[in-house]
Amino acid sequence: MLELRNITKRFGAVLANDKVSIVVEPGTIHAIVGENGAGKSTAMRIAYGFYKADEGDILVEGQVHNIKAPHDAIALGIGMVHQHFMLVDTMTVAENIVLGAEPGSAIALDLAKASVEIRRLSEEFKLAVNPSAVIEHLSVGQQQRVELMKALYRHARLLILDEPTAVLAPQEVEEFFSILRRMREQGKTVVIITHKLTEVLAISDEVTVMRDGRVVGRLQTRETNAAELARLMVGREVLLRVEKTPAKIGSSKLRVRNLSVTSRAGAKPVQDVTFDVRNGEILGIAGVEGNGQTELMEALAGLLSPSQLSGEIRIEDRDITREGARLRRELGIAHIPEDRHRRGLLLEFDLAENSILGVHYRPPIVAYASTFFDHEAIHKRASEIIEGFDVRPANPDLPARALSGGNQQKLIIGREFKVDPKLLLVSQPTRGVDIGAIEFIHRKLVDLRDSGCAVLLVSAELEEVTSLSDRLLIIHQGRIVGEVDPKVATIEEIGLLMTRGH
Amino acid sequence: MAEIFTISLIWSTIRLTTPLILAALGGMFSERSGVINIALEGMMLAGAFTAAAVTYAVGSPFVGLLAGMGAGMVIAAIHAVACIRYRADQVVTGTAINILMIGVPGFLSGAFFLSSGSTPQIPREQLIPWTPILIAFVSVPITWYVLYKTPFGLRLRSVGENPEAADAAGLPVTRMRYAGVLLSGILAGIGGAYLSIGQSSLFTRNMTSGRGFIALAALIFGKWRPVQTMLACLLFGLTEAVTIQMQGVVKLPSGEDIPVQFIHMVPYLLTIIVLAGFIGSSRPPKALGIPYQKER
Repeated sequence: MLELRNITKRFGAVLANDKVSIVVEPGTIHAIVGENGAGKSTAMRIAYGFYKADEGDILVEGQVHNIKAPHDAIALGIGMVHQHFMLVDTMTVAENIVLGAEPGSAIALDLAKASVEIRRLSEEFKLAVNPSAVIEHLSVGQQQRVELMKALYRHARLLILDEPTAVLAPQEVEEFFSILRRMREQGKTVVIITHKLTEVLAISDEVTVMRDGRVVGRLQTRETNAAELARLMVGREVLLRVEKTPAKIGSSKLRVRNLSVTSRAGAKPVQDVTFDVRNGEILGIAGVEGNGQTELMEALAGLLSPSQLSGEIRIEDRDITREGARLRRELGIAHIPEDRHRRGLLLEFDLAENSILGVHYRPPIVAYASTFFDHEAIHKRASEIIEGFDVRPANPDLPARALSGGNQQKLIIGREFKVDPKLLLVSQPTRGVDIGAIEFIHRKLVDLRDSGCAVLLVSAELEEVTSLSDRLLIIHQGRIVGEVDPKVATIEEIGLLMTRGH
Repeated sequence: MAEIFTISLIWSTIRLTTPLILAALGGMFSERSGVINIALEGMMLAGAFTAAAVTYAVGSPFVGLLAGMGAGMVIAAIHAVACIRYRADQVVTGTAINILMIGVPGFLSGAFFLSSGSTPQIPREQLIPWTPILIAFVSVPITWYVLYKTPFGLRLRSVGENPEAADAAGLPVTRMRYAGVLLSGILAGIGGAYLSIGQSSLFTRNMTSGRGFIALAALIFGKWRPVQTMLACLLFGLTEAVTIQMQGVVKLPSGEDIPVQFIHMVPYLLTIIVLAGFIGSSRPPKALGIPYQKER
């Protein structure tokens, strides 16, 4: 169906694709796996005409084609669903689907005709979408269906999906996979770009593994396993399970009593939450994203106005409900935020400057009559973090923007660990991070726990939160709806609590 | 007060609203495609000067009107090339164009008419007092139809909201933006032409006196939608009409006339108040002001 032959692509000095050859057989689901920056998306964006290859050929159904723009790819029956959806938020589903392939004449748009066709496709592929809904009012899962419909509406025979499950809850992933299987039954070919090995094994027929811009393996899915794929992706043996000893649990560090959060819009994202986090344990909070985890963590980190909070937050016996972030930090609370770009880093600042955030006002960072920065101390601190947490490239003068997501995350984690926290609040620690780095971050979190620190962990990755946590709470619509023992609870059991609340 | 609210006030409002509607609808095409058009003022000035000069030279106001449209389009083309092709800052480019267009008509009128900034008087029978009014008010439903009921409008809006999505859908983003900006030049050109060969009978220096900016304010106040924008233009037009009628009529409690300069301030004050009060609730096209760069 699709073949890339010796595709090479450079971005400046970076070799993003080095003689990449990929063959996708018709009527199959083909997975392309690799770490961030391995060149998976680049290769597929070339196939879709978003980028132009420096060298190499693209063959569609055995013929060499010159794909200069998405327009050409669409004409050849190639559709692509990007990681960040390509939808116009303020327009309706129907308008988005027909955009660029409008029915009717040049002076009259025929949206009624489009709606009929959209309904027919909905029926055929069991993709429920309402043509007259406005995109910004839809959930991400629904938006994804609109993206699929866009491709189907243009009669795509090959669909390229870039990290399609990153935005979905576990239940949605299952539903999404059944849609893909249905497409395969209808004779469509699917290419799925991912770095989640469980998904590769669950859905694909064949898999191409990429590393550092090169193809390092092409395998039949049923003849391989997660360990082999991980080894090919990273280039060394990778530990996929978290190894940890039983927790040595101490006294309560954080006591949350009847905490509720009122948002500025008047909603109550967190309602009457009560729990303790004890020294030496990792307490996990599992839940579908958007069920109050963000607000809960912000409330604990001191990032919300006290007027938004009711209930009580205590560190041991001290009530800190009305205290700000600085005092909380001084009491030993460290925070690894879920959105590293919004809360975690100043992207335009260099690594050295980013490495002192939170301690920037006190010695040894500030010296000379408590007025000026001690640049030597700043660089020393930055270098220690960069070395201790394997941040690459190891140059404290680079802007944070220049780092990959995984390395940015390692810098933040290093910075927060550096203050010897007594309580660590950590959200989505491995979002968008490569499996090699995930292993590293998990080990660091367990080490911190073993040193006696109390850890509160929020993650949308069920695997992660169950394997790391010593106890696990489930949050649903802002309420804690249950506590399970992660060693014995099944994924189905937790999933049900997450989605239904009972 | 009864002296102010008369039939003539209605006509006066319509006349004063016409250039605003034309410029604001022009701004709508440009900004809906994602290009900030602060240069409406300059495009109107180009249209006003060229229409008057050509009408004087040729004797036909319709040729003058066409020339005014062309002049607006030429200025728009400069803005478009700078903003789209060279990805210049759209506000800075627009400001530069406005400053340029204060000087250029003066320079050209000096060269052609040996005057310092104005064109010679045009005979009464060579003016077109009605055509631009008709064009302005008919353009409102047409613009609405084009934006919401044609593939062109859908594409234009998508390019202004999310150019990446438009690109992914196979649309030529830059071509759509050129179309939006050039259309804005044509409409603003008509608006300017109306000032010189419709409302009055010659071009005078800086005769738009900020109407391009008021049109821009009306566009924002009207939430970038044709009908609301027309209503906003009518509000500004009415205010201006009232202030003209107020001169010499409304007096201070002491019986003295209010200085005319203060009365002239009212439309501009209203613009500021309206924008300060309502701009928050108005949502601009998402990609407004952001040049689109395809990665290669």
